Amino acid sequence: MDLITPGFGLVFWTAITFIFLLVILGKFAWKPILGAVSEREEGIKAALASAENARKEMENLSADNDRILKEARSERQAMLKEARELKNNMIETAKTEAKEEANKLVAQAQAAIAAEKKAAVADLKHVVAELSISIAETVVREELADKAKQEKLVKSMLENAKLN
Amino acid sequence: MTITGIAAIGAGLAAIGAGVGIGKIGGSAMEAMARQPEMHGKIQSSALILAAFVEAVALFGVVVAFLQG
Amino acid sequence: MTPVRTVIFSALFLAVSFLGFANEKEITQEETPFDPKAMILHHVKDAHEFHLWDWRGSPISLSLPIILWTDNGLTSFSSSRFHHDDEGQTIVESNGRSFVKLHEKIYQLDAGASSISYDSEHHPTNAHKPVDLSITRNVFMMWVSVALLLLIFLTTARNYKNSKDGVPKGIAGFMEPLIIFVRDEIGKPMIGEHKYKKYMPYLLTIFFFIWINNIFGLIPILNGANLSGNIAFTFTLAVFTFIITTFSGNKNYWKHIFWMPGVPVPMKIFLMPIEIIGMFVKPISLMIRLFANITAGHVIILALMSLIFVFKTAAIAPVSVAFSLFITVIEIIVTAIQAYIFTILSALYFGMATEEEH
Repeated sequence: MDLITPGFGLVFWTAITFIFLLVILGKFAWKPILGAVSEREEGIKAALASAENARKEMENLSADNDRILKEARSERQAMLKEARELKNNMIETAKTEAKEEANKLVAQAQAAIAAEKKAAVADLKHVVAELSISIAETVVREELADKAKQEKLVKSMLENAKLN
Repeated sequence: MTITGIAAIGAGLAAIGAGVGIGKIGGSAMEAMARQPEMHGKIQSSALILAAFVEAVALFGVVVAFLQG
Repeated sequence: MTPVRTVIFSALFLAVSFLGFANEKEITQEETPFDPKAMILHHVKDAHEFHLWDWRGSPISLSLPIILWTDNGLTSFSSSRFHHDDEGQTIVESNGRSFVKLHEKIYQLDAGASSISYDSEHHPTNAHKPVDLSITRNVFMMWVSVALLLLIFLTTARNYKNSKDGVPKGIAGFMEPLIIFVRDEIGKPMIGEHKYKKYMPYLLTIFFFIWINNIFGLIPILNGANLSGNIAFTFTLAVFTFIITTFSGNKNYWKHIFWMPGVPVPMKIFLMPIEIIGMFVKPISLMIRLFANITAGHVIILALMSLIFVFKTAAIAPVSVAFSLFITVIEIIVTAIQAYIFTILSALYFGMATEEEH
């Protein structure tokens, strides 16, 4: 029975001692210790976060680099393409111009040839006509010398000329 | 039989009950830990708390024995 | 024997203390049969002097001051004036009143009585107990433990202050895991992430205070300064927990006690007294748990050692020593577990008191 009856003296001293211990340790031990520990933990957390940020930034940077490189490449591609197109265009225009020129030349030449030909043909016709007239003059002169022959001719001509 | 003797038997019975209880807690805790090793710490602290609650019963028996002593 | 000489003798005869202890037992054995119950109770209970051991039949002890609050005011004198008498034979006069010591209790003799007289149950009839505020051996050991705690933790705190990067060195490196354990395994999960900070000083103090006193109780040369196995000590700490729980209780906590939400009205009325009883049972179970655990451990160790003297043979000694060594090792674990349990249950009650409605 004695064992489980709290003695007043010990209760009194325990209470005083415990409050004293709580106040002293709370003020001079737990506060600085917990403060230092949580400060360090915060520091570690902050360091980790900043490391993470740096890593992300690096990633961003390299992504940027990649992007710029890509852009430059595509730009070069575009420039090349443009140049090629320009070249092609130029060649094309040159070709067409040349063709047109050639066509023009050919047409001129053809026109000249045709004109020459016409002139030549006209000349020839002229010559042939004179020649035929002279021949015909000669022939007619010869034919019409004989009366019988003139009659015969008129006859045959009349026969051939059917009236329809 | 004296009152002290009866008290001692009572304390013994309380100890048996608490023993069974703590045994069950320990067994289940081990099983749970084997099943989920990642929850090891949590299970251990809960098991300790529960064991303390059960143990209180046996300790009341001890106190009864002290009362007679 | 003066305290100074006692201390010198303590230092000198530390090595032969167990020899002295054995001698005493042999002598008492010849006089009266060995009573293990009396021996155990003597070791488990509080005492007014710090009895270290007996040397050639006379006890070597540290005399502690006796402080009494009597009807004639405060009085104090050294316990050595009782000359180790515990049977109420030696009468000490102080401040106009006479006192005797009987079974480690101080009695004040009634006016006119010259010696103590008993009734049939050996209770004093002509004396009463004054308010006893003596520095008993438990109070003394408590102060030693407080000095040690202050030494350890103020050193730790200074260690942090001196180190620039907050990296613990020396003893701080040893203490920091324990402090973080209390914070992360007891404070945070039991009270909650947002409110635990307010309770940390209490939890840390109570954890280390109980632990160190549990350990002190196991040191044999201190002759069982069984502070944490004394119900007055556990009672006081449980009262602190109860007061803090009650004062930090929020609306939700009181609603759960007086008008349990979510159950029908008859059940609410039925639960109210149960919850009110529960409010008091929690600290009482804290008190009983620590007290009974530590005291039971001491009783078992002492009972095993008494076997040697009960059977009056040294042949049983190896068995006794082996078993008590085994129990002592278990008790070393129990010192930490009981400090942990007391702290975690206190934290749990604080957590219940501050829990928000959900």
